[in-house]
Amino acid sequence: MDFDLSNEQSMIRDMVREFATAEIEPLAQEVDRTGRFPIETFRKMGKLGLLGLPIDEAYGGAGADTVSYALAVEEIGRACGSTGLSYAAHVSLGCGPLQAFGTVEQKETYLVPLARGEALGSFGLTEPSAGSDAGGTQTRAKRVDDAYFITGSKCYITNASYAKCVIVTAVTGEDSRGKKQIGAFIVPTDSDGFAILRTYEKMGLRGSDTTELAFDEVRIPLGNRLGSETEGFKQFLKTLDGGRISIGALSVGIARAAYEAALRYAKERVQFGHSLSKMQAIQFKLADMAMHLELARTAVLRAAWLKDQGRSFSKEAAMAKLFASETCVRTCDQAVQIHGGAGYVSDFPVERYFRDAKLMEIGEGTSEIQRLVIARQIGC
Amino acid sequence: MNVIVCMKQTFDTEAKITLTDGKINEEGVQWIINPYDEYAIEEALKIKEATEGTVTVVTIGPARVEEAVRTALAMGADDAVIVDDPAAFGDEFTAAEVLAAVIRTRTYDVILAGNQAVDDGSSQVAVRLAQLLDVPHVSTITKLTFDGAVAVAERDAEGDTEVVEVKLPALFTAQQGLNEPRYPSLLGIRKASKKPVEHVTVAGIGLAENAIAKRVAVTETFIPAQKGAGRILTGDTPERVRELVRELRQTSKVI
Ligand SMILES: Cc1cc2nc3c(=O)[nH]c(=O)nc-3n(C[C@H](O)[C@H](O)[C@H](O)COP(=O)(O)OP(=O)(O)OC[C@H]3O[C@@H](n4cnc5c(N)ncnc54)[C@H](O)[C@@H]3O)c2cc1C
Ligand SMILES: Cc1cc2nc3c(=O)[nH]c(=O)nc-3n(C[C@H](O)[C@H](O)[C@H](O)COP(=O)(O)OP(=O)(O)OC[C@H]3O[C@@H](n4cnc5c(N)ncnc54)[C@H](O)[C@@H]3O)c2cc1C
Repeated sequence: MDFDLSNEQSMIRDMVREFATAEIEPLAQEVDRTGRFPIETFRKMGKLGLLGLPIDEAYGGAGADTVSYALAVEEIGRACGSTGLSYAAHVSLGCGPLQAFGTVEQKETYLVPLARGEALGSFGLTEPSAGSDAGGTQTRAKRVDDAYFITGSKCYITNASYAKCVIVTAVTGEDSRGKKQIGAFIVPTDSDGFAILRTYEKMGLRGSDTTELAFDEVRIPLGNRLGSETEGFKQFLKTLDGGRISIGALSVGIARAAYEAALRYAKERVQFGHSLSKMQAIQFKLADMAMHLELARTAVLRAAWLKDQGRSFSKEAAMAKLFASETCVRTCDQAVQIHGGAGYVSDFPVERYFRDAKLMEIGEGTSEIQRLVIARQIGC
Repeated sequence: MNVIVCMKQTFDTEAKITLTDGKINEEGVQWIINPYDEYAIEEALKIKEATEGTVTVVTIGPARVEEAVRTALAMGADDAVIVDDPAAFGDEFTAAEVLAAVIRTRTYDVILAGNQAVDDGSSQVAVRLAQLLDVPHVSTITKLTFDGAVAVAERDAEGDTEVVEVKLPALFTAQQGLNEPRYPSLLGIRKASKKPVEHVTVAGIGLAENAIAKRVAVTETFIPAQKGAGRILTGDTPERVRELVRELRQTSKVI
């Protein structure tokens, strides 16, 4: 057993930490207040190769491993949750399916620009009637000769305003038992009939781009189908397995920001003649935060390591995402508590962490869905 | 143009310095590239990019310095030499002799170094090195351009700017403001582990251990006393001067 990072992994972590502290963290408050998407940050990340971090070198990426990717997401998320979510969605949901299921031609056309940072990746699965239950998908892809016509809508889709294409799931037909068959399609955002209806106002992660999409007979050539007509379901389950590692890492990053802020504040703030950090009630909170953080990071990195080894990691990714996201919400809640009134007002960053944290328990499978996944894996 | 960069790995500038048995404690310390050397590396990379040359990093230090070397390689340096022989760990005199022995056998147009290391802060090594190699040097530069075999450097002269011309090869030490060091790119990091790093010993570069033994003996290392609150002297001028002299003699005992 070896818990040490390789030289390369620790260099990547250090580089991203330095970059995130100098270039991302200073924008975090403004991005949250205004809801502005910090596109300049993504240009800089593209130049450094971060946007193609785990993508094969042959397709414009840096070919680093999933452990390095998880470390990078943690560092970016620590600096700014919004930027962390946009980054994780770009890599795991935008690039991930193309890398895993794309043909050489699809990768050359669509993955290379994403890995080089020329556009952001986006993945549209969720619909008004299909959230946790993707079986409720109503968007349809109708085959006519060598093209598909896609009609329907998607909601809560990250990054679509900055994407050149969105990977979209749609019903292609029914099997002999009447079960929906779902395919995945690469939809260029300049296609006729594609529209971004709006971007949502959100509780947290306000500097990330969350959109509602509409498809009206959008014509997609056959060559833009990802895999076969019936593989969409299996594909996005796999995509989400990988995505869960990144949401786990993002949770660790936001939780770490909250914990570090709370520890600093507790050492400085004096009440009843002592710093808060000398009071056992506060010490216990901080000790729990530190412990949960350590365990969450270990779980996330282990799931990432399993993926790198080519081993199955669905259960571990679900466990890591579930534990890390619940740790994140609890840690941010306690960080606000330790700050007292200062934690509730926006002079301090912890109220932002608290708002950002909540999505961790919802996105890429809610906590309830993670428990369902784990239960299935342990044989229930 | 071929550039050699002298680099030192130092404590993180935010590290808390503690002593154990009169020695600086290295346990659990974060190590970084000396910040002034980062400017030197960046400048070297800019020269390389403009002239299609090479950048070689030379450093002295124990096994841990490999990490700093890999970072420099990830930023874009081509190769590196590490003198990790304890016989090379001495004072500024030792360091300059060792660097000179490594560099003398190489061809170079420019040597770059930081204007000082943030740990010992002596500002001596690079200047001594120039002397040993018999090349001109310009210290604390904030700008460097070339006109054929002549370099034009701007140096920080206590708030003013001095413009100096020197013939190449020459040595320059970097001051803050020279440039904005780049982050290593991901591909750079991935390539760094495959770039050549040569480990050399003092004997291997033709030096006798006793000839480069340190000349400075450290008699005591201590942490400066916590700075107390200041005191503003009152009264008329002669009174204040008397009080100041008394303080300097009796309280702080500096005279
Ligand atoms: C900021 C943001 C970004 C997002 N980005 C993307 C994106 O890029 N791409 C994308 O496709 N989607 C994205 N989503 C959508 C997200 O994945 C869904 O919101 C999430 O999967 C939950 O689906 P839902 O909102 O429809 O909730 P519902 O599925 O309606 O769930 C509501 C509640 O019911 C619970 N529940 C549902 N089914 C069960 C069950 N069987 N047993 C027990 N409890 C159950 C859930 O756990 C939840 O608590 C994003 C969402 C947000 C808020
Ligand atoms: C929106 C808002 C409205 C407000 N309105 C008013 C108002 O109208 N009038 C007014 O006077 N005040 C008002 N307040 C102030 C509020 O009452 C204080 O914020 C609150 O009493 C906590 O004090 P504090 O913020 O100084 O936190 P601190 O006292 O610094 O507490 C920080 C943390 O340390 C813990 N702690 C402190 N001492 C101990 C101890 N001995 N043992 C264990 N834990 C300890 C606290 O429980 C808390 O978790 C308001 C605050 C807010 C945020």
